[in-house]
Amino acid sequence: MNALDYVVLLGTMLGIALYGMWRTRGRHNLDSYLRGSGDSRWFVVGLSVMATQASAVTFLSTPGQGFASGLGFIQIYFGMPIALIIIAAVFLPIYRRLNVVTAYEYLGQRFDTKARLLGAAIFLLQRGLGAGITIYAPAIVLSTVFGWPLDATIVCSGLVVIAYTVSGGSDAVNVTQKYQIGVIFAGMLAACIVLLHKLPAGLGLHDALTLAGGMHKLQAVNFSTDPRERYTLWSGVLGATFLMLAYFGTDQSQVQRYISGASLRESRLGLMFNAVFKIPMQFFILSLGVLLFLFYQFEKPPVYFNQVEWKHQAEHGDAGRLQAIETDFAAAHDRERQHLETWLNARRTGDSTAEATARAAVSAAHEQVETVRAQAEMAVDPTGKKKDTDYVFITFILDYLPHGIIGLLVATFFAAALSAKAAELNALGSATTVDIYRHVIKRQASDAHYLAASKWFTVFWGLVSISFALSATLAENLIQAVNIIGSIFYPVMLGLFVVGFFLRRIGGTAVFWGALATQVLVIFLYFRLNISYLWYNLIGCAACVLFSSILQAWLGPGNNSTSALAKP
Amino acid sequence: MNLPDDTTAGSSGVTPASADSDHCKTGLPLLRTWRAVYVFVLAAFALWVGLLIALSRMFS
Repeated sequence: MNALDYVVLLGTMLGIALYGMWRTRGRHNLDSYLRGSGDSRWFVVGLSVMATQASAVTFLSTPGQGFASGLGFIQIYFGMPIALIIIAAVFLPIYRRLNVVTAYEYLGQRFDTKARLLGAAIFLLQRGLGAGITIYAPAIVLSTVFGWPLDATIVCSGLVVIAYTVSGGSDAVNVTQKYQIGVIFAGMLAACIVLLHKLPAGLGLHDALTLAGGMHKLQAVNFSTDPRERYTLWSGVLGATFLMLAYFGTDQSQVQRYISGASLRESRLGLMFNAVFKIPMQFFILSLGVLLFLFYQFEKPPVYFNQVEWKHQAEHGDAGRLQAIETDFAAAHDRERQHLETWLNARRTGDSTAEATARAAVSAAHEQVETVRAQAEMAVDPTGKKKDTDYVFITFILDYLPHGIIGLLVATFFAAALSAKAAELNALGSATTVDIYRHVIKRQASDAHYLAASKWFTVFWGLVSISFALSATLAENLIQAVNIIGSIFYPVMLGLFVVGFFLRRIGGTAVFWGALATQVLVIFLYFRLNISYLWYNLIGCAACVLFSSILQAWLGPGNNSTSALAKP
Repeated sequence: MNLPDDTTAGSSGVTPASADSDHCKTGLPLLRTWRAVYVFVLAAFALWVGLLIALSRMFS
């Protein structure tokens, strides 16, 4: 990064922060801090929902996922349109009529206090762990840009996020997100244009697609019925529908976004906006990863994309071994590039025999490249848990984009990280204040007292997420890690709401113990079964409904602490 | 687990969800009912999946 990049970076970040503070000045009551002012139009609601989900993790990690595994990850979003329709038609009208601040208030009104506390506790546990993972994203950017140690950057970026959230609250998140998402897309588009421009001359669109397809990067839809395969059409449509239903319908960080709509219409249209545009948006981001893959077939990438870690190992570990790996990688990559050029020439001359031979040679050479990269991963971390795919896109940005755009994109990632983390911490603070502190610990206090408490809880959860990030070793690609944690806890939460909405005869005691039993079952199955994590969303929700029904039948109809009013 | 009773349980004056929510106007020129909006969203979803399947098949 040069001086121009720093000017763009600081200007963009300061502009966003100051605008957020200016727009939310004078809004100091608890309700607007927690829920926003409730006057958001559908477009703001839609962008806010999109930006909360499409955090820096999405923009940093998803191209890396496309680079490593191609387009297949898009299938996780197949459940989203169906889930958002169900939420718009069923969940949303109930939340708005009950005028809830948190989704878990519904559980209190429909069942009883213990069901509400269980829902809030599951959310806090799940989202608290998730916040610990998503805080990695801005830290990765800082670490790569400035060459700082990852731990120091986690602490620095975490403290900035806490200050931003506490000073602005939900409204600051809402009013700046629409601009942040604009910056994000401008940056991604710029990266895409530069990437296309830097592909070898003569490599047409059809050649590029054939090449990517030949290396299994364009398998967007997988019809396999093997439950062990992570992303298939079936796990996407069935399992991911329940994941998205739980995330958008019961996770306070999302519910908080769309209940801030000025009316039911605005909230619904905001959700439908996401239902239509999320899949093309993710397709674009994953395609960027595939383009990166193609680009790095012709330009030699680093053998290990996390260069800070690689250099650290070279300085403090076996430098000779790393040097040997780099030499092997350069040779393997050069061989692959030569075979690729032979293949492209054969295509141009129409020599099908030479084309088939060269294509087989490309596959073999690519396997060699991947073998050396695996050796590099093992050299950095002998357990093989540390992955470098999250560093692919940021490495490209820093190495190949023009100055000015680098600053813009780094600002983009920061802005996305800031808004998503702010939304997350704001939701954690809200749920702790409203569902636990105000409901159980201190029932009668002033609005100012609860507002202060909410801010302190936000600080508390910010520190928890920093601590978790410092102690955890990230084994998965970021975007997958977030979804895996969600798939362990969300099914139970969704089960609570599904029972509440659709099974009128089941009361608080039955659903509480049914949900607890389900949580134990899901955690047990996760460690015992080898199936795609998406299926746990379906299994867990179904188990919660089943266990609750059985328990209610055993308890009898008289033992039914249910409000007949808080039902759809 | 012995928790205090929820004082709000049963006190919420909620009417059935479909009373006005499904009948409120979408305000959209062609999609005037929410059902039409949902059908449109599902059609867009089907179109995207179809295009992705075609891409997978063409370049596998």
